Amino acid sequence: MEEFIVTENLTKTYGTVQAVQNLNLKVHSGEIFGFLGPNGAGKTTTIRMMTTLTKPTSGRVWVGGFDVVKEADKVKNVIGVVQQHLSLDRDLTVKENIEFHGRLHHLSASERRKRINELLDYVELTDCADRMVDTLSGGMKKRAAIVSSLMHKPKVLFLDEPTVGLDAQTRRRMWDLLRRLNLDGTTIFLTTHYIEEAEALCQRVGIMHHGKLIALDNPLELRKKLGLVTVETLVNGKETRYQYFADREAAKRYVQNLGSDAKTVIIRDSNLEDFFVEQTGEKVGGN
Amino acid sequence: MLTMLKDIYSILWVDLCFLKRHWLSTLAISLVSPLLYLVAFGYGLGRGVDVGGVNYLAFVMPGIIALTSMSASFTGASSKLHVDRLFYKSFDECLMSPISLFSIVIGKALIGVVRGLLSSVAILIVGIILSPLLIVSPLLILVLIMSCLVFALFGVFIALVISSHQAMSTFSNLVILPMTFLSGTFFSLSQLPEAVKVVLYLLPLTHSSESLRAVALGQPFPWLSFLALLGFALFFFSACMVALKRASV
Repeated sequence: MEEFIVTENLTKTYGTVQAVQNLNLKVHSGEIFGFLGPNGAGKTTTIRMMTTLTKPTSGRVWVGGFDVVKEADKVKNVIGVVQQHLSLDRDLTVKENIEFHGRLHHLSASERRKRINELLDYVELTDCADRMVDTLSGGMKKRAAIVSSLMHKPKVLFLDEPTVGLDAQTRRRMWDLLRRLNLDGTTIFLTTHYIEEAEALCQRVGIMHHGKLIALDNPLELRKKLGLVTVETLVNGKETRYQYFADREAAKRYVQNLGSDAKTVIIRDSNLEDFFVEQTGEKVGGN
Repeated sequence: MLTMLKDIYSILWVDLCFLKRHWLSTLAISLVSPLLYLVAFGYGLGRGVDVGGVNYLAFVMPGIIALTSMSASFTGASSKLHVDRLFYKSFDECLMSPISLFSIVIGKALIGVVRGLLSSVAILIVGIILSPLLIVSPLLILVLIMSCLVFALFGVFIALVISSHQAMSTFSNLVILPMTFLSGTFFSLSQLPEAVKVVLYLLPLTHSSESLRAVALGQPFPWLSFLALLGFALFFFSACMVALKRASV
């Protein structure tokens, strides 16, 4: 499989804080890759280094075969970025924002017109083209930001926490949009601290913790390492215990042999949250 | 070359969109203090006063035009840029685009020039009406553009290095406001001790108001001051480039 993003001992230090430490990562062409971890794990710093905004302290990173530091201009042509803080100009209309993006990427006037109409239609924002960005809902703003980042047909789309602050329904629509983009050939690199987002969308996930990559695989393989079934037991009415089993049969056998002090028992599929907690002793969305 | 001009226009375009929608309020706000100075100093304090054989209103008018060019260009270039950079992060979009840092700096400075010219031309028109002694010539417009460029580049630089909104207003109060009053805008520097003069000639606004006054009153043109303005423009431009290079890869 062709590798689209490669990092080699990528490190970023701010003073004494090591935001990202010796990150070695490969993202394949055409996949949806999820970068998972709690706030402050180094996800945004990594994206900023991959998208030419922040210079690595040491190590290297290539995007689309280009060195991000030495060939920043070439990298800029293949990447689209949707930042966590919506980087749209709030004093402009949706259309003006998108048009500006097209201008920044040297699209001709006729290309811009064509792309704007196409993309607004693609994300179902045609009716909002002339509305000021400030008057849009959170989900619409995100979609507008995605449209503008797609103007120059990037090969990879970076999204930093694309669904933070969106309601459940809007989040699902966003997932569908990202899947559709991916099917149409765009590699997607997203960060998230929502477990279910990583599980629902990503073919592979990298899990970050305190600036270090602690796991890298597809969600199913990571769960297999732990056990695909989780048993939650409430002991003495206050403490929840988690046990992991390869399959439901093993889990049931365990439950049948539990003592009488275990009152509430839940048997469910394990998830990446279980994996993260077991690896680090912390919760992903815990802060 | 053509690409560069297009790039510069692209950067300017987005701010022009904003200005088109808000030009009246932008203009009105930028004219409040110059008009107050005009009334307080030109009519109130300066009534019947002569400076070097010129009545005070005619003397102070070019100074007020100069300070308008300063504040409108500085604010015009810096206010939106620093918010876009620090709060909305929309300036990152420019940094992640294939547009050169040179074009970004010039494009961002040009909106300051446009807004500076808009306000100072408005004050100039008020000046022509109030003070018939004022001579409007192509050289006057050239000096005005130069003055706007200097302070627009200054504004871009400050907006690129400032770390908070608070710091921005502190800077305005500590640097822009004193410059407004000290740079020979309201009084003639010729009456001051040499040591003070030396310090005041380090301020760009001093050269703006001296040059503008000379042209507007038909006095010999201080080419050294004009050169100094050119020097300030180059200096602030280089400072912007350094700041941007540090900010991006």
